[in-house]
Amino acid sequence: MLETSADGPFITGKVRLVHAVGMHARPAVKLTKLAKRFQAQISIRASETADWINAKSVAKVMALRAPRDSLIEIKAHGDDAEAAVAALIDLVATDFPDAGS
Amino acid sequence: MTMRADVAGIAYRGRTASIGFARGPFIRISAGENSARVAGKPEDEVLALREAIESASEQIAEVAAAAGGEAAQILEFQVALLEDEDFINPIFADIGRGAAADTAWSAAFDEQIADYTSASDEYLQARSSDLADLRDRVLRILRGGEKQAPKIPSGAVICADDLPPSRFLEIDWSAGGGLALLRGSPTSHVAMLARARGIPMVVQIGALPDAATALLDGESATLELDPGVEQITLFERRREAHRKSRASARAVLRRPAATWRGERIRLLINIQRVEDLEHADAQYADGIGLMRTEFLLSGPGGMPDEETQYRTYDEVLRWADKKPVTIRTFDAGGDKPVAGFTPEGEANPFLGLRGLRLCLARPDRFKVQLRALARAAVRGNLKVMFPMVTVPAELEAARALFAEVVADLQAEGIGAMLPELGIMVEVPAAAMAIGDFKASFFSIGSNDLAQYVLACDRSNGALGTLMDPLHPAVLELIARTSEHGRRAGAAVSLCGDMASDPRCVPQLLYCGLRELSVNAPSLAQIKHTIDRLSHGGSGG
Repeated sequence: MLETSADGPFITGKVRLVHAVGMHARPAVKLTKLAKRFQAQISIRASETADWINAKSVAKVMALRAPRDSLIEIKAHGDDAEAAVAALIDLVATDFPDAGS
Repeated sequence: MTMRADVAGIAYRGRTASIGFARGPFIRISAGENSARVAGKPEDEVLALREAIESASEQIAEVAAAAGGEAAQILEFQVALLEDEDFINPIFADIGRGAAADTAWSAAFDEQIADYTSASDEYLQARSSDLADLRDRVLRILRGGEKQAPKIPSGAVICADDLPPSRFLEIDWSAGGGLALLRGSPTSHVAMLARARGIPMVVQIGALPDAATALLDGESATLELDPGVEQITLFERRREAHRKSRASARAVLRRPAATWRGERIRLLINIQRVEDLEHADAQYADGIGLMRTEFLLSGPGGMPDEETQYRTYDEVLRWADKKPVTIRTFDAGGDKPVAGFTPEGEANPFLGLRGLRLCLARPDRFKVQLRALARAAVRGNLKVMFPMVTVPAELEAARALFAEVVADLQAEGIGAMLPELGIMVEVPAAAMAIGDFKASFFSIGSNDLAQYVLACDRSNGALGTLMDPLHPAVLELIARTSEHGRRAGAAVSLCGDMASDPRCVPQLLYCGLRELSVNAPSLAQIKHTIDRLSHGGSGG
């Protein structure tokens, strides 16, 4: 399920994790909640050598153990892939703000 | 750990997770019994688990709605996990293959919990109790043993092995009370909840006997069981003093600097792990006076590589911005053994190969840390100090190794520099011959210094009041070090437990110290203590 998917191109993006303690419980919950609002299949990884994981799984996102300043890569495909990647980048870049955005 | 009390009743010591005082009945609670469950057909089992997950979701939502705020956010993680198909679906697949619902459910969680528990990251370790909480809630529903939580009287001192957040929230804290955990962690979600609610909490107490009543002092991290009249009187006196100081301490914290006799007193914080920076008061510190690095050695993969170490140090420097950060090289050995690193079978490890002695004996490992530090040095206001230095030759050997590492990195085209180098003053010989050391700064490790000067093992409770950091001999060495620093223009700070103890602070100031490094939770109180002293208070 990596680079060679048949359904059109992937939308990809990268964002620096600025959260003080890295990708821990609260950021992980916010990220997966947001990802689930999109139809697109969304994967993320925290280093170039790691496997891609499902951005909608809180267990997997926690297991990334991404520390502060990791470069989070996001890729998505599906109808709303572009909006999904933009929204997730915004969430991480703005340090997971509170209040329902 | 037991310590001698001066009157009837025994006092136990743990680690502070939340400051405050509680006096009340002593109630033990356990995590609930496991009764076996007979498995039905796979389709029945799937249905049973689906229903149990649904009820659990509802229960958590109820607790979260009632608690609100931070507590609700913590419980969101549990809800998210119940809605995580990647996590839940394999459990249903197991059941489809014939596993019983409760067995399959437990197995999936136990694996995840083991993974979290083995993490080098204390924050992640602490999350394992959230997982256990969720696991047990669903199991209770599956096994039909619901709604039999024993009634806990309000205001009690509650004792448990560990306590999941949802159990904490189900307890009625309206009349106060406190939490004494045999294990547990100061960075757990429960500890965060306890601090947010102002419920005193002490963790890692070890084994405890049964008792009828208890006094819990979250400030000194002690629990007294079945106390006598005199103990209660002393306890109430401490509680009252704490109540008075707390109100004004928060206000003092926000003021720019502490001063005493017109001189600026710099207050820095000690951190064990990067997550300690999350403490709400950390931002008010003048910098980091001691970052311990031993936790890096106890991760599941052994000692982390240069890159991992570099990122950890860099993260702290980034947090501190322009404020100084003093990182102490590995202080293993003594009471901190590390498998595969510290020597085995030493008859007296406190007097053995520990601290810098050990690092110099293992230059290959030490160089990895020095490389990471040399790279971090170009990223912020970094100082590096060596622990357990006895003679100047050790400092010079470490400096030479460090310089070599910097030259190697620069030859490789990697940005690196030699940071300011200092030493811990904890060996009496070093304190007495302090003028021989060409260090940029000194940091007094008062715990070890007192233990070596007084010949008292600090973990031996039977020594009681003999282990007194305010003994004149200890104070003389502190004053001597401080005096040397003043003359030589080298900063001197103190980073042991004394600095976080308001009763010791006046003496430390009289010894000439103008820089103290304390635990983040003590910052407000110590700043307040100094403020009172400088305004003519007696400081008790």
